[in-house]
Amino acid sequence: MNALEFLLSGTLAAALPLLLAALGEMVVEKTGLLNLGLEGMMAIGAAIAFICVYHTGAHELGFLAAAAISAALAMVFAFLVVVIHANEVAAGLAIGVLGLGLSALFGKSYESLTITGLPELGLPILSQIPVIGPTLLTQDIVVWCAILGVVAIWYVLNRTKLGLIITAVGENAHAARSIGYPVARIRFAAVAFGGAMCGLAGAYASTVYTPLWADGMIAGRGWIALALVVFGTWQTGRVAFGALLFGVLSLGELTAQAIGLAIPSQVLSSVPYIVTILILVVISAQQQRRQ
Amino acid sequence: MKIRMVRRDAASHLAMVGAPVLALVLTALCSLVLFAALGVDAGTALHALLLKPFLTWYSFSEVLLKMAPLLLIAQGIAIGFRANVFNIGAEGQFIIGAVCASAFPVYFPEGDFPVMLPAMILAGGLGGLAYAAIAAGLRTRFGASEILVTLMLSLIAIQILNYLLLGPWKDPRGFNFPQTVMFPANAQLPRLFEGVRPNISLFFALGASLLAYLLMERHFRGYQLRTAGLAPRAALYAGFSTSRMIWLSLCIGGLAAGIAGASEVAGPLAQLQRSVATGYGYAAIIVAYVGGLRPLGIIASSFLISVIYIGGDSATVSANLPIAAVEVFQGMLLVFYLMTFTLIRFRFEIEREAPA
Repeated sequence: MNALEFLLSGTLAAALPLLLAALGEMVVEKTGLLNLGLEGMMAIGAAIAFICVYHTGAHELGFLAAAAISAALAMVFAFLVVVIHANEVAAGLAIGVLGLGLSALFGKSYESLTITGLPELGLPILSQIPVIGPTLLTQDIVVWCAILGVVAIWYVLNRTKLGLIITAVGENAHAARSIGYPVARIRFAAVAFGGAMCGLAGAYASTVYTPLWADGMIAGRGWIALALVVFGTWQTGRVAFGALLFGVLSLGELTAQAIGLAIPSQVLSSVPYIVTILILVVISAQQQRRQ
Repeated sequence: MKIRMVRRDAASHLAMVGAPVLALVLTALCSLVLFAALGVDAGTALHALLLKPFLTWYSFSEVLLKMAPLLLIAQGIAIGFRANVFNIGAEGQFIIGAVCASAFPVYFPEGDFPVMLPAMILAGGLGGLAYAAIAAGLRTRFGASEILVTLMLSLIAIQILNYLLLGPWKDPRGFNFPQTVMFPANAQLPRLFEGVRPNISLFFALGASLLAYLLMERHFRGYQLRTAGLAPRAALYAGFSTSRMIWLSLCIGGLAAGIAGASEVAGPLAQLQRSVATGYGYAAIIVAYVGGLRPLGIIASSFLISVIYIGGDSATVSANLPIAAVEVFQGMLLVFYLMTFTLIRFRFEIEREAPA
């Protein structure tokens, strides 16, 4: 397999944890909150999913358990911020640290154990296409489900009343409350959804992408996902595109090889963050001009 | 019937002390349950975590060693937090401070540079300040959130560190380890006591605490910062410049974190290595909050968090407790602190139907 083929087959899988976590956080931020605990929610999801799959062999259970535990951790954030109005920066970082610590604590005795991942499924007929057929179009079931999920999230946010309510809550909570929308409940639900998505992202990382548990295995992907939301300017399609781009960049040295460039991998690894800052500056400047 | 939260006009001093103490007790109780669930002897674990650091001079000295960077960084960022400027990238400013300070011993490995230590500390502080200033510039000029910018800059700082350690700054005789040469003696901070590691950076941290106290509680600029945080509108009407508050907050935070980073490489590490990025910048956020963002409180909370770090180290051996327990403890402490703090800042009233 040459570097290009490797990228074609590996990018979607590398992008998936980023994609899921970022879409979850995007919904949270659309309701006007900022949860900085992504890294920790992904980590605890990854640990619990691995433990679950190790004992039961059922990936479905692993994903379910991961979504549940990460949503539970997110609810702690929601309680602190929505119910008792604690500072959201501190609350997000607190559950982030807590999630990272708990993941390491629970996962400790599972390090260096192995489980099997998921088989890759080719799309019927399409996977016969040369080059992209056996690479890009042959992926595991979670990737295919996630693509449907992206479409579903786009649909809900842009084509349904619920999407409008979420936007209203985020853009003007006061007005949304006055016309009778349960702002706190919607925010609670969004935060729980964001947590569950982080859990799924972590579960994919630890039980499918690299089927093993190691302390620190999320390795900053939660922070990248946070950047991704800004990069995608809070729009589903752009976030998905950004996830692919960041996924390619996360394969750092391989990418450099593929495009035949001799740049240090650290430069490539920094690109997502630098671009995110630039996009943030452009968006903020536009908003400033409008006011 | 609804429960309404009413903000108290002023929290009593007893309450200010009560919140962190109550949070600590709740954290300890929850840890006991958690450790027991993990099959660790909870009594032994808690003994190791909270008491052992006080039982020998060596372990107590290690607490003081840890305390210096935590205290220094936390004092710096807490000033910004009180003004609602959230510099959460102290980790990055710390790393850049360490990198800038390391330039001197890396390029003068024989120590043949006059005023080596002052140059290192100055370079570290200015490096951290400049790095934080990027966020201040982008916030004041374009309105870009300093939360996200400082965070992104931290992630970039780690890549800068990796690049230097794997490339140009790698010790040629270091068996390919990602680390610089060992620093010469004149690039190392004087130690405070014979035989143990705490160095004079503890005085930097205590000095910074005094300065923070004078600024925030005694100086008009501190009053402006506090007003900007508590009542941004009032600050605006009073004509306090918002952008000056942002610049001041970020520059102070960056300066403190940069000096802490310089002190780390000129102190216990005596070289630049990857382990310089161990998360002091993030832990300092917990320290700052648990200290109630007040200079005196932060001295106490930095001491507490340091005790838990050193206690956690000893608990890995004596109670077979994974080192991650330290993180769990820190996370729980902040969660409980945020809860108890709110209980103290607000009164809870049962709201009855309003008369028509």
